Amino acid sequence: MTATLVKEASPPAAAGAGSGRRPRRRGRIVALLFVFPALLLLGALVVYPVLFSVGRSFFDASGTQFVGGDNYTEMFRDPATLKAVRNTAIWVVVAPTLLTGLGLILAVLVEKVRWATAFKLLLFMPMAVSFLAAGIIFRLAYDEDPDKGVLNAAVVGVHDAFQGTSSYPTARARDGQGMTKEAGGAYRTTAGVSPGDTVALGLVGVLPGDLPGDAGPAYPAAERKAAPGELRGVVYLDFTPGGGGEQGRVDRRESGLPEMTVEAVRDGRTAGTTTTASDGSFRFEGLEAGSYTVRLPASNFAPPYEGVSWLGPALVTPAIIGAYLWIWTGFAMVLIGAGLSTLPRDALEAARMDGANEWQIFRKITVPLLAPVLTVVFVTLMINVMKVFDLVYIIAPGPVQEDATVLATQMWLVSFGGGNDQGLGSALGVLLLLLVIPAMVFNVRRFRRSQR
Amino acid sequence: MMRRRTTLLTSCTALVLALGATACGGGPVTAGGGDKALSGQTVTVAGVWSGSEQENFQKVLDAFSEKTGAKTQFVSTGDNVSTVVGSKIEGGNAPDVVMVPQVGVLQQFAKEDWLKPLSKTAQQSVDANYADVWKTYGSVDGTLYGLYFKAAHKSTVWYSPDALAQAGVEPPKTYEEMLEAGQTVSDSGLAAFAVAGQDGWTLTDWFENIYLSQAGPEKYDALAAHELKWTDPTVVEALTTLGKLFKDKQLVAGGQKGALNTDFPGSVEKVFGPKPEAGMVYEGDFVAGVAKDQFGKSIGEDANFFPFPAVDGNTAPVVSGGDAAVVLKDGKNAEAGMELLEYLATPEAAAVWAEAGGFLSPNKKLDLASYGDDVTRATAESLVGAGDSVRFDMSDQAPAAFGGTKGAGEWKILQDFLRDPSDPKGTAAELEDAAAKAYGN
Repeated sequence: MTATLVKEASPPAAAGAGSGRRPRRRGRIVALLFVFPALLLLGALVVYPVLFSVGRSFFDASGTQFVGGDNYTEMFRDPATLKAVRNTAIWVVVAPTLLTGLGLILAVLVEKVRWATAFKLLLFMPMAVSFLAAGIIFRLAYDEDPDKGVLNAAVVGVHDAFQGTSSYPTARARDGQGMTKEAGGAYRTTAGVSPGDTVALGLVGVLPGDLPGDAGPAYPAAERKAAPGELRGVVYLDFTPGGGGEQGRVDRRESGLPEMTVEAVRDGRTAGTTTTASDGSFRFEGLEAGSYTVRLPASNFAPPYEGVSWLGPALVTPAIIGAYLWIWTGFAMVLIGAGLSTLPRDALEAARMDGANEWQIFRKITVPLLAPVLTVVFVTLMINVMKVFDLVYIIAPGPVQEDATVLATQMWLVSFGGGNDQGLGSALGVLLLLLVIPAMVFNVRRFRRSQR
Repeated sequence: MMRRRTTLLTSCTALVLALGATACGGGPVTAGGGDKALSGQTVTVAGVWSGSEQENFQKVLDAFSEKTGAKTQFVSTGDNVSTVVGSKIEGGNAPDVVMVPQVGVLQQFAKEDWLKPLSKTAQQSVDANYADVWKTYGSVDGTLYGLYFKAAHKSTVWYSPDALAQAGVEPPKTYEEMLEAGQTVSDSGLAAFAVAGQDGWTLTDWFENIYLSQAGPEKYDALAAHELKWTDPTVVEALTTLGKLFKDKQLVAGGQKGALNTDFPGSVEKVFGPKPEAGMVYEGDFVAGVAKDQFGKSIGEDANFFPFPAVDGNTAPVVSGGDAAVVLKDGKNAEAGMELLEYLATPEAAAVWAEAGGFLSPNKKLDLASYGDDVTRATAESLVGAGDSVRFDMSDQAPAAFGGTKGAGEWKILQDFLRDPSDPKGTAAELEDAAAKAYGN
């Protein structure tokens, strides 16, 4: 900037060696005059704060005590900060790579679509949504409860379409009332039973409203005697609504549990399988004499599939990167698309004439020619990613905030968000600056070179 | 230059006015006067309230205007009172009265030397109308600065009477009974408690209630001031008691994982929403507001509370919080502001808001009949009845880094504890580490 100004301000050629000096000095003064406001702003708004932060990072929380490098050592001792460094590294590597790749693919594909502009507009639209709003949208989309989060609703929907659901996911037996829980979640009678017996299997934990509509009282069925050679019984809800029932006994108002799968097991082998009727009764006929256990297999109690915990400690960072992609893909695509449209058509034509297929053209011609644009996009995004804050702060729920934290959020948290240690916060800021500088230098160099 | 002159002029006028007020205030202007002695003055009040709370407080201010003739203006500061008030003082535009929502902030203001001690009249009212504990929480280094006008009751367990009737249990009186009742509720098909593990502050409130009842008020105070270490056996015991509840899949809706995924409004929804999943939810009196406004429950019929039960046969805890009115030295009409405080200390002022609803007063002279509904009356009765055994929310007394930050300090550690309650000792050690760092001792 300065260089161009000076060049323009000074006359094209010094007429004479002696008389040329004065205009040149005047030119320099004018140049300085023009540059001064910019320098002043730059100094006040960029240089001074940077230097102040560097200075502040050597003082303690109150800002009065000089502590030397303590903040910097503390920074790398604190597990939360270390996690922030690690997460920032993941962000910087993954997000720009994916974005540049996606942007490139979309840009190339969009070129071949009829409604290219409409399509580009659509993809670019998320850029118009503020990070805050996007964060709130994705927080909801990622919600673990399938009734709220659209992603889990889809996952659970697909899963249930293939797997089916069990009828009594919440049902369980009380301890010590004739039923034993097996490791897999099934229940079986503790004592052996033989044909001619009647058993009552009491379960609890089912809401009356969740019972199938045809469920009827289990009392009459429980009173019925088994015929010789027949093993019968009843699976019932051992809970009288409003209380008052006796535990372990079929009371008059207690309901049967229909559609429950029941097995008669002898010596580890299933001798018979049946399903309970609407009053919860079941019977096995034609069993050989001997001792059996009655078993309610785990399939009756399988808990509903809960989907993926997107915002759990393991997936939270990838999930937030996903939200970031949604916002920035359009940007990458438009920039790369602009580069694509300036590519020399003749090179592509020539390759086509020589019989190269589209993939070869893409790999051998488009990508190498686009390389400068791709690097600019990549580096710009890298700088951008390093300061990502809003999405992380909004999407990560409280319990996993520390698992999702990046340097920018950590910097804010320790200095203002409760930590109130602006010394440590400044140290983090300085670290962030040091990380951004190489990318900056790289970008500036590139611009210079391309201007030349 | 012109501008500065105007400012000077304004402050001169203000000074004259203030002097005038002192002159007038010299006489016996009591709350019962109604002699419009403050006509022409405007008292500016800043506070966190907005919406219906602001409207109802305005009614109190209007009653004050009626009586004294002073105009009033309420400024809502948003959540961060101390930052807003601090910048207003620096900008030379200090409000006269601030309603301070936390003890920590009151102490900070007093240390910055921003506050005027309460006037004689106000102090006498506090002595006569309030339990001593409110005076303690309003004082810094022996000087009384804050007058607690509005209080919160954070030892209330809210339940759906339907769910308890369905399970055939009565509201329990002891912690053990509560767990037993919870077990029965869970047998009936509903989980016992909805726990809002995603909001760390609800977990600190759980802990505080158990600790206050189990370890007693003296230890509670010591721990709140961090004179007692968090590694103390009493803390471990309270965590163990809490862990027993947390790790029981039948007692907590959705188990530990479900709880960690539930925020506070979500936990109220699990009990009072259209699809109930649990029978009870523990949190302060404000649960009633959510149940009523968001889920259309009629308080007293579809939603009721029982006091947080006593643990291990000790007395039941009463954890509280409140908004204290303080007068700023730099306020332009600080004298008139002090008269507002004198008015706020009277049962008459409390009655105005109590009738409007959504309010508890620590003022024991307030006639309980002023409250609009039975449930609020019962809460107020429990709060006032607890007298000096009321304790303030411990996490509100702690530095924000420990007791008030999402994803850090006590909030985060108790969330980890909810995820895995198997090691109370380890959790206590972590709490001590974080506390030592935040308190700096």
